[in-house]
Amino acid sequence: MTTPNTPDPLHLAVALDGAGWHPAAWREPDARPTELFTARYWTDLVAEAEAGLLDFVTIEDALALQSTRFEGTDTRTDQVRGRLDAVLIASRVAPLTEHIGLIPTATVTHTEPFHVSKAIATLDFVSLGRAGWRAQVSRPAENAHFGRREHVPFTVEDLDRPDVAAAVAESFAEAQDFVEVVRRLWDSWEDDAEIRDAATDRFIDRGKLHYIDFVGPRFRVRGPSIVPRPPQGQPLVTVLAHATLPYRLGARAADVVYVTPRDHDDARAIVTEIRAEQRAAGRESETVHVFADLVVLLDESTAAARDRKARLDALDGAEYAGDALVFTGTAADLADTLQDWQRAGLTGFRLRPAALPHDLHAVTRDLVPELQRRGAFRTGYEAGSLRARLGLPRPDSRYATPTAAAS
Amino acid sequence: MSTSRKQIILGAYVGGVNHHTVWSDPQAGSQIDFSTFKHVAQTAERGRFDFFFLAEGLALRERLGLIFDQDVVGRPDTLPVLSALAAVTEHLGLIGTVNATFNEPYELARQLSTLDHLSGGRAGWNVVTSFDAFTGANFRRGGFLDRKDRYTRAGEFLAAARELWDSWAVDAVAADRDTGVFLRDAKAGRFAFTGEQFDISGRFATPRSPQGRPVILQAGVSPQGRDFAAGGADAIFSPYHRLDEAQAFYRDIQARADRLGRPSGSVKLLPHASFVLGDSEADAAERHRDITRRQIGGRTAQILLETVWNRDLSGYDPDGPLPDVDPDPDGPPLAQGRARIAEDAHRRVAEWRALAEAAKYSLRDLAIHVFGRTEFVGTPAHVAERIDTFVQQDGSDGFIVGSHLTPTGLDEFVDKVVPLLQERGSLRAEYTGGTLRENLGIAPVEEVGADARVA
Ligand SMILES: Cc1cc2nc3c(=O)[nH]c(=O)nc-3n(C[C@H](O)[C@H](O)[C@H](O)COP(=O)(O)O)c2cc1C
Repeated sequence: MTTPNTPDPLHLAVALDGAGWHPAAWREPDARPTELFTARYWTDLVAEAEAGLLDFVTIEDALALQSTRFEGTDTRTDQVRGRLDAVLIASRVAPLTEHIGLIPTATVTHTEPFHVSKAIATLDFVSLGRAGWRAQVSRPAENAHFGRREHVPFTVEDLDRPDVAAAVAESFAEAQDFVEVVRRLWDSWEDDAEIRDAATDRFIDRGKLHYIDFVGPRFRVRGPSIVPRPPQGQPLVTVLAHATLPYRLGARAADVVYVTPRDHDDARAIVTEIRAEQRAAGRESETVHVFADLVVLLDESTAAARDRKARLDALDGAEYAGDALVFTGTAADLADTLQDWQRAGLTGFRLRPAALPHDLHAVTRDLVPELQRRGAFRTGYEAGSLRARLGLPRPDSRYATPTAAAS
Repeated sequence: MSTSRKQIILGAYVGGVNHHTVWSDPQAGSQIDFSTFKHVAQTAERGRFDFFFLAEGLALRERLGLIFDQDVVGRPDTLPVLSALAAVTEHLGLIGTVNATFNEPYELARQLSTLDHLSGGRAGWNVVTSFDAFTGANFRRGGFLDRKDRYTRAGEFLAAARELWDSWAVDAVAADRDTGVFLRDAKAGRFAFTGEQFDISGRFATPRSPQGRPVILQAGVSPQGRDFAAGGADAIFSPYHRLDEAQAFYRDIQARADRLGRPSGSVKLLPHASFVLGDSEADAAERHRDITRRQIGGRTAQILLETVWNRDLSGYDPDGPLPDVDPDPDGPPLAQGRARIAEDAHRRVAEWRALAEAAKYSLRDLAIHVFGRTEFVGTPAHVAERIDTFVQQDGSDGFIVGSHLTPTGLDEFVDKVVPLLQERGSLRAEYTGGTLRENLGIAPVEEVGADARVA
């Protein structure tokens, strides 16, 4: 129940990856580095996030080994290396959880939209309407694992080079086509296509299955999907974005865009840019969430959090700084920041625990109660799909003919 | 328990996209909901089955250019369902059919390795090779592969996948927080594979899984398919049920495996099997007649014969004689998206005409006779006896069992036939192995240690 004085509730997700986002997190006393590739580890983490009533978890993935180098592998042996397929982790956890949204990462550069579409649709079936997808463009290092593409080698410093900029623009254009195909395939069966009409010997009404006939400059896909329309109709599509091209992709194609502001004003500027892109894409009437990503180290005092970060940095031999702001402090300080940034137009946050399980526990056991005390976070899950939790209606299939009043 | 008896391998499948599944039965449930798969898998595990099995089809079937609407249509994606099933089962193997033409080794090897990790060593892959342009229309490359190259690609795919699975030594991950050594080997995961189909290199992103490599199945009976299986598969999903045919296939595969230097018994043969039980033989026969007539109605009969005629037979009375036209095997395909075994259509039709003549079969009678076969019909005691005898006489090493009724059809098999197989000493009473490989009695993958890696 909201009263005029309570703030808008905010949405809260956590991003799970390995032992946490700090490269030395696996060395913490409560870390479980020998279990990173087990079902129990992932089940425990997601169950903890669910106990904290979070909106959803995301699971990182890539078709390459982790590396300190953008352009390829490294030879470090002192950081976590190796990951499991995120879609299958989410599927494995789905029957053991009930409410929390499950948003695995799947890349779009070397994969098949047909496969990704049916995998996420199936995750939506096994989770009874809690599936989403974080669409991710591949890094150049993944090319050699597939061997089917010309490779423009580049590093982060080369992003302004015209040939590199063109290659990057091309991969984002491809990503947009990919998302379009995935979404069309989710709509390719209307909701009531399965009729089981024994009288006419028809299992489906084939008029309610649709060829998507996507034809683009990079690929064509005919459809329909082999999987019926998933429970949510359209599982959530989410993207991480740091610049105009990915903002545009998010504004055109996604339901949630994760962004990495440095402060309140930066957050406002990013939200403004995404909203403008959203209008330009003709989607102003749709809900597009903008969540800020923050790496979090949470402790009883700011000093303790800073000390912990310093200790982890020393273990890793470098000061940790990623694409997102690193927050070190107390849960109450973080709650202040989240509410302040929320006023800049953000609708939620994706917190990246620096160390697991410590910072996940701090989110679910300290931050969430703090936000609840402030009336800014739910105190229980309501029944319903992940879309419903995020205020997104369940759309009709784009191919459905509106039921004519008089037919 | 006699030690000389072969232990029967049992797999369970959920019936789906074909005429065997009677979706119109009032008890028939969802073909999509997870609850269906959970029920069948847990039933199979209660019956101490070795594994649960899922088929795959990457394009909806069509007839005369229209989506075929009579059989079950649609199914969930294989690997996510198996991964979810790992959460609700403990011992059961999880084998998925996944195509080698429209996938890439790095991605699929990783998914299968993940399934093996998340199930504690229970993953298997049934390698299929559909390559047609019809299916290809759903994928980036379209129908890029020639028929003759389908097993070249599958063979290279499997070789590349093995390279990837073996690229992490058993002990590559130290995760020793005191010394700060996560990886024992700075090159863990390094691989390179070059062939006609693939030219790939780099580092594989997933550490070695509990089984090292998933169990490999193959389904296909062409000479190339047989060589592929004899050389690289642990088991074959076979279409042969007549004891003499099955024994010949069994001997042929063992001989091929032997020539390739694999020890006898390396390749398990597993025909699929459906069953109808009854309180008496007459009761079972009656139930069978009823089920078969529901599986193969008049329209389905025409459509099944079309798979050989390759002509529109909808104008022929199902209760009348066989179509008097010749088959048109070289014409444009009437139906798309059905896995078909290559054969001589003219010869097959001639055989059918002779059969129909002799038995006075109508079109539908013939379809029921040819396509309505249920492998095991009888009392539970009779069915158990026949299954056991078939295996002990080397017709196969077991069966992949399914029912016309989704999802509860397997229940009575587990309740009534399984205890009898256990009494005969041919089926485990409890699981003994930890991994699918161990339960199947397949040799473990030789362990690759960090020192053994070629630098
Ligand atoms: C028992 C059996 C089951 C099969 N199941 C599938 C399947 O689920 N999906 C698929 O795409 N192909 C399936 N196939 C087709 C084969 O993988 C293969 O594409 C086809 O049989 C051609 O191989 P061949 O020429 O060696 O016979 C199956 C074949 C057999 C014999």
